Amino acid sequence: MNYSDASIGASTIAPFLSLEGVRKTYPGVVALDGFSLEVRPGEVIGLVGENGAGKSTLMKILGGVTTPDTGTITVDGVAHDGLTVEASIGSGIAFVHQELNLFENLDVAANIFFGREPLRAGPLRLVDRTRLRTLAAPLLKRVGANFSANTPVSALSLAQQQMVEIAKALSIEARLVILDEPTSSLPLAETDKLLDVIKALKAGGISVIFISHRLHEVERVADRVVVLRDGMLAGTLPKNAINHDQMVKLMIGRMLKEREKAAESGRPPGAVALSAKAVRTSAYPDRPVDLGVRRGEILGLAGLVGSGRTELARVLFGIEKSLGGSLQLDGKDLVLGSAADAVANGIFLVPEDRKLTGILLDLSIAQNISLPNLPAHARRSLVSARAEAVTAEKQKRNLGIKAPSVATRTGTLSGGNQQKVVLAKWLAMSPKVMILDEPTRGIDIGAKAEIYGLMRALADAGVAVLMISSDMEEVIGVSDRIAVMHEGQISGILDKEQFSQENVLLLAVGKQPK
Amino acid sequence: MSKKDLGLLILILVVGAVVAIINPRFLLPINLANTSNLIGLFGILAIGQAFVIITGGIELSVGSVVALLGVLFVDFIATRGMAWPVALPLILVLGGIIGLAHGWLITRLKLQPFVVTLCGLLIYRGVARFYTADGTAGFAFGQNFPELEFLTAGRSYGVPNSFIALIVIAIVMWVVLHRSVFGRYLYAIGKNEEAAKYSGIRTGRVVMAAYVICGVLTALSAIYFAMYTRSISPASHGQFYELYAIAAAVLGGFSLRGGEGSLIGVILGTVLLQELQNLVNLLGIPSSLNFAVMGGVILIGVLVDQQWGVYRERRLMLEATRKGAAGAAAE
Repeated sequence: MNYSDASIGASTIAPFLSLEGVRKTYPGVVALDGFSLEVRPGEVIGLVGENGAGKSTLMKILGGVTTPDTGTITVDGVAHDGLTVEASIGSGIAFVHQELNLFENLDVAANIFFGREPLRAGPLRLVDRTRLRTLAAPLLKRVGANFSANTPVSALSLAQQQMVEIAKALSIEARLVILDEPTSSLPLAETDKLLDVIKALKAGGISVIFISHRLHEVERVADRVVVLRDGMLAGTLPKNAINHDQMVKLMIGRMLKEREKAAESGRPPGAVALSAKAVRTSAYPDRPVDLGVRRGEILGLAGLVGSGRTELARVLFGIEKSLGGSLQLDGKDLVLGSAADAVANGIFLVPEDRKLTGILLDLSIAQNISLPNLPAHARRSLVSARAEAVTAEKQKRNLGIKAPSVATRTGTLSGGNQQKVVLAKWLAMSPKVMILDEPTRGIDIGAKAEIYGLMRALADAGVAVLMISSDMEEVIGVSDRIAVMHEGQISGILDKEQFSQENVLLLAVGKQPK
Repeated sequence: MSKKDLGLLILILVVGAVVAIINPRFLLPINLANTSNLIGLFGILAIGQAFVIITGGIELSVGSVVALLGVLFVDFIATRGMAWPVALPLILVLGGIIGLAHGWLITRLKLQPFVVTLCGLLIYRGVARFYTADGTAGFAFGQNFPELEFLTAGRSYGVPNSFIALIVIAIVMWVVLHRSVFGRYLYAIGKNEEAAKYSGIRTGRVVMAAYVICGVLTALSAIYFAMYTRSISPASHGQFYELYAIAAAVLGGFSLRGGEGSLIGVILGTVLLQELQNLVNLLGIPSSLNFAVMGGVILIGVLVDQQWGVYRERRLMLEATRKGAAGAAAE
């Protein structure tokens, strides 16, 4: 087993946290197998690995939610067989989860000190609002927040909300902050802010474990990268050896050319399939948008969260009513009263929120796939389970959906396989225009590559593909052209030769590309 | 038939056996016929309610609708001299219109089902009382509608025709709910309306259709109830019937969140409720305790069902652990 030296570049400072030979099994699965790790004060550890590699189990052990079968956890010089939730919090381990746990109806200060509010003297135990704010202000300053303690959380952007979470961690005097996929829902510019916060934590002597699928971000902040694979330490990379290809190689045990493959465009794009002319959406009701996606191309749609991309996608799919302007499909005017109209016209959407809008978790794979096209799987309006199974089996084979059978409930599948089910239900029909909103968010790297391959295959088959993504690598790696949105309008469209992170960023903040 | 339905059926048989042992009159043909007549009347009502509950909605106005449409039906044929083959479809259409109005308010104007139908409950009751000036609507002495009476209150081979009607409706609605495209849409919407919409289903229309179905079935049962009681005092006729219907659905395994439940379940729920009513009468329990008995049994039923679910989950986990251990040992 590879226990590669965890103390590369180590100083003489004692580690804040060290794990020794931690093993955890679940029924039928070994989630962690003899894992060891040391985290020093002020060290930023990048923790990467595919879904199912054991990251969540490790987090649960550190959070005290579950105890390891064997192994020791030493926190601040005290050895434990396993942590409890109280011990974890008490020893200064704080979590910032992918899904934020904030009360949107309360203000920032109330969220930071929730359950620990300073009280006024007296029998009524009233909350001392003034002190609440004065206590919150320095914490916000430490994370570099540009908003005040009495801002309602609902008015904050995602990155700002994450800052609140980190401020909350600081308020309990955290010495190790674990960030679980903090940037997966953040757009480009906001991600920078968060990475700056991590640097500030480091400067304050606080250790950070940064878990992310976005490897270039790990590259930027991590002092050391720890790679998990199949519950084991696949290797650690010291600062000077951290690079994208090395991480991927350790994660999947082989080199992957996923983006190069996806980027190979088969043929020149055809005529414009779907176009929006002066369409106005609820995000920016006074800003008209013009955009056309051509047959046979993958058009990337980049921009900051809140720039109106999702709203545009919703209008193109008929879920949201356009406040003005018009849509054309193959040059003919198109009026969409509902998503059903869009589906009837071959315009399909893979939505941003897979579990809420993409699939029905309680239905089986076959039932999800047949749902948009149920009349075709029915005779005299009675559903034929056999016809459903035939369609689903075909899609399951073509897309490589990993599941015991097509009757499996989709709720039990992994994120990547769920996303394939969403794709499958549309591929089973014949798409003209395929809109994908953050299609690979929270999906492991292997499944990502397959989804890129599918998008390219669709484009090669003459489908117009519109991909909304906040992942810079993805936008640049996969698209044939990139349209960038800024405050409700298309600020520019980049052709292949103009592709660069800098150009996308400049357009995203409303400046001209170089 | 699911395990849940089977459990309910066994409960019905056990309760029936116990009642029959204590009071053998339970099994007299006259008692069974009366009870099955009531099962028929309430069952039709409950099926309609079930279609609404499956979408995650609720229909609170059915008791008042039973009163209003009952009053109108009796008035049409008894005092206005309308031929019953004309009045009957007219009442069904009126029921459909009421359902359509509710569905429209809920899906197009985005009002909450509870609020819309609560207002309906108050409005229809008020209109029914106003229509007869709070008097009783009934048939004049000697007034007869032999065919209608046969169809509604009559019997074939000793079986009440209302019960036969329920069986026919149940079979049709079973196919609709469990086999048709529309039924699948209902379940999908109940489970997750947003996701259904994103799959290109016209969710508004489907939900509206569920309320129309509920309205029509309620109208049909209103006619049956009118012909059963033969005189209607609009202030009390049909009171709490919405709760009987909801209770039957809940007992039958429906979740008020939507997306769960079977047609067999709601029928069995109705059967159990009527059996309990009958039990109260036959065992000499004070009839004032009627509601308390029903409430108690529903509460116990739901509790047992929920605890059973927890137990089953735990057993599955244990089994998986054992399998996992065996697998590890084999390696």
